[in-house]
Amino acid sequence: MPIISRGFHGRRPEAGHKLPPGQYETRDFPVLSAGPTPRVPREDWEFSVVTENGERRQWSWAELMALPRQTPTVDLHCVTKWSKFGTSWEGVSLDTLLADVESSAHYALVHSYGGYTTNIPLADLLDGQAWIAFRYGGEDLPPEHGGPARLLVPHLYLWKSAKWVRGIELREHDEQGFWESAGYHDYGDPWREQRYQGD
Amino acid sequence: MARAAVSGRLGARLRWQAATLVERREETASAQTLVFDVPGWAGHLAGQHVDVRLTAEDGYSTQRSYSLASAQDADRLELTVQRVPDGEVSPYLIEGLAVGDRIEIRGPVGGWFVWRPEQREPVLLVAGGSGLVPLMAMIRAREAEGSRAPFRLLYSLREPADRLYAPDLERGSAGLDVTYVYTRSAPQGATRPPGRLAPADLVQWGWPPDFEPTVYVCGPTGFVEAAAVQLVAQGHDPGRIRTERFGPSGG
Ligand SMILES: Cc1cc2nc3c(=O)[nH]c(=O)nc-3n(C[C@H](O)[C@H](O)[C@H](O)COP(=O)(O)OP(=O)(O)OC[C@H]3O[C@@H](n4cnc5c(N)ncnc54)[C@H](O)[C@@H]3O)c2cc1C
Repeated sequence: MPIISRGFHGRRPEAGHKLPPGQYETRDFPVLSAGPTPRVPREDWEFSVVTENGERRQWSWAELMALPRQTPTVDLHCVTKWSKFGTSWEGVSLDTLLADVESSAHYALVHSYGGYTTNIPLADLLDGQAWIAFRYGGEDLPPEHGGPARLLVPHLYLWKSAKWVRGIELREHDEQGFWESAGYHDYGDPWREQRYQGD
Repeated sequence: MARAAVSGRLGARLRWQAATLVERREETASAQTLVFDVPGWAGHLAGQHVDVRLTAEDGYSTQRSYSLASAQDADRLELTVQRVPDGEVSPYLIEGLAVGDRIEIRGPVGGWFVWRPEQREPVLLVAGGSGLVPLMAMIRAREAEGSRAPFRLLYSLREPADRLYAPDLERGSAGLDVTYVYTRSAPQGATRPPGRLAPADLVQWGWPPDFEPTVYVCGPTGFVEAAAVQLVAQGHDPGRIRTERFGPSGG
């Protein structure tokens, strides 16, 4: 829970203005991917975190299921302009997975089954901002939405929420992922419309 | 991009922590030092900063960076905030926050713009306005550690009333030379007429490049750019000039 500062108002977008600039609201859940949908059986699924010193932690599906879960309800913003409000998920917070990892890295490069990658500042994965999500709308996450498990980082454009997530590499220096090296923005803040490099 | 020097378990570093305001000290008419109690603060290096997060009652929140002003001191840390007129965060920190109130901070952040006690070489500190804050942390760390590294501070500010940490700097410290560069109005008896930091100031009050000083420049973006360009032109190795930009020049 954030600490509320009495009497602090700040400058904010107009009240009730939930749509970032350039976005429209949709009620479906469009599917956009860079390639064919990987199908990863749960028995084979594993998730790893590798630090800048090469130290590695790994979780099997059963180990992931044994961790404390959260059920975030969040808005999604896709760089292709749709936004979807109030989506409900179930997953394990990255805070839980990273809590005991020793690192001084500032960047994360996220890897997916199928070879997809995306870069995110490490700080954006911590502090209740990101999850490894495996249920959506009360159901197991279907493969087309990244099942068995995907990253969920709702405050950034959706291409950062890597589907079929397989692991996170912690890095001292930023390295671009799949879309970023194709010209998409390194950060991808929907409220600042950071769609492409240079935005 | 700033990088943390302090490694540690990610569960703790980069995590927002509650900081309770325990004391405030007026530095000038528009700047205050805020002393926070942060239980379990892991310490910091002189030159690092923290991010401060404020959240309004309806959940709106925003963040700004503030340098750590104090040398490392157990669970307390000090920030010095200069009020930016019509600013979103600094006026609230100075006027809205009461002793006993809590805010959220995370850090320490930054591993490049730091001075470490094992450094022996001469140091030149070039401050513009509130850019003195992290440089003062270096001066304080030097003193706390009993370092004899020779320090020179060149502090550019509009007028005498704007001086931060005036008593501390007046008290002085062996091996620390302090020079004020006033841009608008100098005190009576000053030999240097008011004006922006000029190459001659850096020559007269800094170190010659062949002494191979490490130079730390901090202040508004425009000030930092101008000073760094002058230093390079005078033959200082760009690899030994470290800069921290506080944002818009503000005139
Ligand atoms: C690494 C780092 C360390 C910093 N350390 C300190 C510190 O120790 N003490 C401190 O007081 N500030 C420090 N700053 C600046 C601080 O983060 C804020 O930018 C500053 O307090 C203004 O925030 P605000 O919300 O009040 O103003 P904003 O709402 O952000 O800005 C209001 C108006 O002021 C202008 N403005 C914004 N910042 C500045 C500035 N720094 N100087 C002049 N005009 C400005 C803006 O262009 C705008 O017109 C630091 C910044 C960085 C990046």
